[in-house]
Formats: sequence, structure tokens, C-alpha cells
Amino acid sequence: MAEMHSPMEQFEIKRLLDLKIGGLDVSFTNSSFWMIVAVIAATGVFVVGMRQRALVPGKLQSVAELGYEFIAGMVRDNVGDAGKQYFPFIFTLFIFILFANVLGMVPYSFTPTSHIVVTFAMALFVFLGVTIIGFAKHGLHFFSFFVPKGVPFVLVPLLVFIEVISYLIRPVSLSVRLFANMLAGHTMLKVFGGFVVAMGLLGGWAPLAFIVALTGLELLIAFLQAYVFAILTCLYLNDAIHLSH
Amino acid sequence: MDASAAKLIGAGLATIALAGVGVGIGNIFGSFVSGALRNPEAAPRVFGNVLLGFALTEAVALFALVIAFMILFVF
Repeated sequence: MAEMHSPMEQFEIKRLLDLKIGGLDVSFTNSSFWMIVAVIAATGVFVVGMRQRALVPGKLQSVAELGYEFIAGMVRDNVGDAGKQYFPFIFTLFIFILFANVLGMVPYSFTPTSHIVVTFAMALFVFLGVTIIGFAKHGLHFFSFFVPKGVPFVLVPLLVFIEVISYLIRPVSLSVRLFANMLAGHTMLKVFGGFVVAMGLLGGWAPLAFIVALTGLELLIAFLQAYVFAILTCLYLNDAIHLSH
Repeated sequence: MDASAAKLIGAGLATIALAGVGVGIGNIFGSFVSGALRNPEAAPRVFGNVLLGFALTEAVALFALVIAFMILFVF
């Protein structure tokens, strides 16, 4: 049997450039490298795609326009006209997560979104931003969001407690969802890759075929999780802007 | 009991959450198929919601996975 690697090895953060500012470790790691690759690739697709500005779009322009229309429609449907000014943020969020996820599927690459620290930073930013928007729009009236309408007076304290908890847990569930999906997907691929090696030339084809199918599923998940992150951001934004339940 | 043995049992117990998730995902696609057979024209419109529901349900299974990993590797 070939040498065994831990399936978790692929998530290891490696320092590519050692950097220290004060006591702070700000090294350039493989995670930061792949985040920059994702940003460059996303910028490339949109800048190169939209350079022609043709009336009848070419291939790359179609991709750029489809992505734009997809998110624009999502923001329109879920937040309404008030969400228009937040569209650039949600679009950026979606495209960054999508590119980070998809680039992570390239063998020997690294998935920045498979680390809770990355996803939690994004989720916390969304959470704080949405809460600030809520307070800026409605002032202290924002607290009425936590009081469900039309419930018996006795139940109100309990329900407010539950509402507050479920509101505060949002950044955790939002970030863990993305991070766990990426972590589980890549671990599963690696485990089945180990089966291929362990079962050898004769039996290894079955898990290999499974890996091919699994890679397709993982590409779907990579897109789906970026979509879920974006649409939940839209829903949270809608809650804050319209105080709807 | 040995602590490492208890760890393995705990990680195994954490996967019980998969039972609920299995019911959930089966429910989502089962409802979708029965709905789609009743009204095939509406099926493409709700498929996006099906995928969203699938992703949200699957995430619950992954929360359990994270707990299993935490039991195995963190403590």
C-alpha cells in the first residue's frame, strides 16, 4: 500500500512569505494566495467579458451578463427596490465565494472557504452590516423585529428570547454551512482517492468512477453554497429593511 | 473507559443526526416529484427552491460532521 496521507492534510495553511507587523502574524499564506487568484480570475472574467460591450454577447460576455442578471433578479425578488443599492455587495460576495469554491476543485489547489475563519469573517460582516442597516433605517423601532405579531401576551417573553437567540446564531449558521460543505466535500474526495490507491489496479476503478460522479456533485455544491450564502444575505437584508417576518 | 475509546464512540454517535437529514432530504425530493407529477408545468419553477432546501438540509448533516470532527480532533 502506498504511503497514507491524512485527508485533512489538504486544509493545512502554509506560509509562503513570512511577514510580521508588530506582534501580528500577517504572513502571506496559500489561503491568501488562492483568495487573490479568485479575485483576479473573477475580475478577469468580467473585465475581459465586458470589454466588447456587444449587443449580441459572445461567450464570455454571456457568462458575465448571466451572472449579473442572476444576482440582480435574486436581489430584486427578495429585497425589492430598496435592495438595489446593496446589489454590488451581494454580487461581489457571491462571485468571490463562487470562484473560491470552484478554484478549490482544481487538484492541488487550496479552498480558502474551507476555513471557518474566512467564512465567519464574511458572515460576521454581513450580520453586523445588516444589523447596522436595520438600526439606521428604523432606529429603536428595529427591536420590534424580535416581537412576533399576533401571539398571546403570555408567550411574548419566551418568543422574544427565541427570536433573539435565532437572530444572534445567524452568523454562526451562515459561516458553518459554507465551511462545513467545503470541508466535507474535499475530505470525501480525498478519502475515496485513498480507496483508489488502496484497492489497486484491479479494484480501484469503482471508487475512481465514484470520484468522477462526486466531482460533478461537488461542482454543483460549490455553486449552490455560493447561491445559498448570497440568498440568505438577501433574506437577512430584507428582514432589516422591511422588518418583515 | 479509555478517553480515546469514548471519543470514537462519541464521534459515531454524532452521526445519528444523519437519520433526520435523510428523512429531510427524502421529504424534499419526494414532495418535489409528487408535485411535479401532478403539475409538470410548474416543476421547473420550483426546482431552484428544491435545491435551496436541499442545500439547507444538507448543511444540518454537515453541522453533525463538524461536531464529530471537533470530538475527534479538538479535544
